[in-house]
Amino acid sequence: MTLATLNLAEGVQLVSFGLLGLIMLVGALGVVLLSNIVYSAFLLGLVFISISGLYILLNAGFVAAAQVLVYVGAVNVLILFGIMLVNKQEDFATVKNAWVGKAATGAVCAGLFGLLSTMVLSHPWTISTVPAAGDRAIEVIGQHFFSDYLLPFELASVLLLIALVGAIILARREYLPDTAIPTEEALTLPEKPRELVAAGSRDSL
Amino acid sequence: MQLEYFLILAAALFCIGIYGLVTSRNVIRVLMSIELMLNAVNVNLMAFSNYLDPDAIRGQVFSVFVITIAAAEAAVGLAIVLSIYRNRDTVDMEQFNLLKW
Repeated sequence: MTLATLNLAEGVQLVSFGLLGLIMLVGALGVVLLSNIVYSAFLLGLVFISISGLYILLNAGFVAAAQVLVYVGAVNVLILFGIMLVNKQEDFATVKNAWVGKAATGAVCAGLFGLLSTMVLSHPWTISTVPAAGDRAIEVIGQHFFSDYLLPFELASVLLLIALVGAIILARREYLPDTAIPTEEALTLPEKPRELVAAGSRDSL
Repeated sequence: MQLEYFLILAAALFCIGIYGLVTSRNVIRVLMSIELMLNAVNVNLMAFSNYLDPDAIRGQVFSVFVITIAAAEAAVGLAIVLSIYRNRDTVDMEQFNLLKW
């Protein structure tokens, strides 16, 4: 009974790993190869969500939640906003012999993948047999953050602050428009000019 | 479920990311490829954390750091892209030769 349950659980894990990995690889290929960049951005969100599912398979619920929050909720939305801000339908000028570069890059990537897979498959990994942290993971991560990884943790917070300030300074317009906007117009929203309707006035009657 | 499956999947994702990084013409797609590569590294770290170091999960700590750095990188990268777009009026990688010799 126990063995059957274990086998069933392993089968479910294997099937979900295959599904998530397939979604991830197809989505990543779509991100890289599709011509419409908006589709690429949405497929990137799909890739992030499937990676979060892989984290759940790896007994890491906290990082899976952080992945969904930070990547799907922040980075992907940021990229979508970037696409909307620089959305210019332009046909890129064709570069001569561009296919040579693409073919060379594809060959290098395939070679790198072959090298990495051979290394992974030939290396004798010593799988640890101690029980996994599982649901206790968030406590262990917190203890790491405030004991042996305290300095990187604080440095990460400083880096986030620097990145915040740097992004604001880089993205803001530093020049003022040449023609000064009159103050009355500057304070009103642009709207269609409306005809003045003399509703309710006694003089028109 | 074995460690090797996850490592090979992460290697495939990393190679797709490198291909997109080198061949893309649109700057935003380059940023997306960088995110793909960072995620591949994260999958690697999490797999090692689960299979080789399951009691003191240092790999998860590292991947939280990587997620932090990736968020900062995306913000600064998009700000740089916006700034270049305002000055050059294009998002084509082939026309960004500001720092070329």
